[in-house]
Amino acid sequence: MKKYFTFFKIRFQSTLQYRTAAWAGVATQFVWGGMRILMFMAFYEADKSRFPMEFTELSSYIWLQQAFLALFAVWTFDSEIIESITSGSVANDLLRPMDVYTMWFTKDMASRMAKALLRCVPVIAITSFLPKPYGLSLPKSFEAFLLFLITLFLGVAVLVSMGMYIYILTMKFMSAMGVRILFTNIAEFLAGSIIPLPFMPDGIRFFLEMLPFASAGNLPLRIYSGNISGNEMWFYIAVQIFWLLFLQVTGRIWLKSKMKKVVVQGG
Amino acid sequence: MKQNKFKIYGKFFSINLKTQLQYKGSFVMMFFGQFLTAFSGFMMIYFLFDRFNAVKDFSINEVLLCYSVSHISFSLSEVFVRGFDAFGSTVRTGDFDRILLRPGSTIFLILCSKMDFTRLAKALNGVIIMIFAVINAGIIWDGMKIFTLVLMVLCGMALYSALFLIYAALCFYTTQGLEVMNIFTDGGREFGQYPLSVYGENVLKFLTFVVPMALFQYYPFLYLTGRVNSIVYCFLPLGTLPFMIPAYIIWRVGLKHYKSTGS
Repeated sequence: MKKYFTFFKIRFQSTLQYRTAAWAGVATQFVWGGMRILMFMAFYEADKSRFPMEFTELSSYIWLQQAFLALFAVWTFDSEIIESITSGSVANDLLRPMDVYTMWFTKDMASRMAKALLRCVPVIAITSFLPKPYGLSLPKSFEAFLLFLITLFLGVAVLVSMGMYIYILTMKFMSAMGVRILFTNIAEFLAGSIIPLPFMPDGIRFFLEMLPFASAGNLPLRIYSGNISGNEMWFYIAVQIFWLLFLQVTGRIWLKSKMKKVVVQGG
Repeated sequence: MKQNKFKIYGKFFSINLKTQLQYKGSFVMMFFGQFLTAFSGFMMIYFLFDRFNAVKDFSINEVLLCYSVSHISFSLSEVFVRGFDAFGSTVRTGDFDRILLRPGSTIFLILCSKMDFTRLAKALNGVIIMIFAVINAGIIWDGMKIFTLVLMVLCGMALYSALFLIYAALCFYTTQGLEVMNIFTDGGREFGQYPLSVYGENVLKFLTFVVPMALFQYYPFLYLTGRVNSIVYCFLPLGTLPFMIPAYIIWRVGLKHYKSTGS
């Protein structure tokens, strides 16, 4: 356990080095979040009765999404892992007395969390002071806040577990650029990162909410603002835990079977 | 001399195209992926209008007209101005030193150095949706309106290219692409999917006088949909062209500051 924690620490600290990039990112996130909220405001003014969330809930959803963008950025894969696979240095990892799956998993988790930690503080701090319907509101209750933190962590774990599939596919195809682009597109769409899931048509909404994508980027943000609560919330948390276990177990089994017939390219 | 330049460009064009088609599987996958990216933007508009019938009195077909102009002009400039979009890596790897050694204008040589044809997928998606919107938007099309629509796309391309040029010029200082510029490039495409007045008056003013996106995207669109009748609106897209002057100056200043990374 200790060695995985060390990996986590190393990756976490090295990611924290890129502070200027983080500041530039924060500015971008303000504009993106702000423009999106203004756009939804226009829809809100067009027909309030058809708006599926409270407007303050929507603002909180969008600002949290921007604050924690690095956590749920589907398009970022750990370039070091991808490179180790394509260059063949993955052979070194196999020699180490540790589980490759867990190592990759902790590395990816660590760099996401470090990036998010750098960026979330200024976004949260400033957007909390924006005027009423546009800013980030306080969480619904203390309980909601705690559950938000827990599901946020579990959500990242679900997303990274899905990403592990892509790393394994990279072992299979060597260049998995196409697969990655497809995965990114589908995941972005299904996770409600472009428009929040409550805005989806009712017919497909429930179906989307049951998928692992919603468990990752969508659920924690809606718990925070109180858009999901009570029994419904516990149901979706159960779904989230189910996906985490399912993806972890199948991913580990798959990687193990791949590792048995791994071909190391020379060089 | 001028004809010569066209010839050189044509050569580079075919080299770039051939290189990319060497990896057919990868090209097809990327093309499909790019298409999907653009298409998911359309799906979102479709879903939102499934719930709300109109936004600021604009119907879905009118919004889709904006969507397609925005996507076509952005992705065409991505295809041809890719060299500036990916300029950070050109500076980092030292490839720019090689470009400086060649005879001819640097801007021209950078334009020749990289083109990305998979981005045509986004333009293709835009064209399909534009045809759909043009038929359904309930606009009576005449010569002037078709001319305006073409001008919107061309001037949009020019503006995005100028923005990519500024983005590249900033790489001389930072050696890495600055994410902040994404607000105007990717952001312009993303937010330009809706008529820009949707974002309120202040944003519209900013996008008229500072970064003149509204000139090719919003005002001529008002003419197309019959909201204004003055013929002046047809020629407003041309107002984006002066934006190329400051972009060029920023590029020249940046170029003077260039220090090789040594790699």
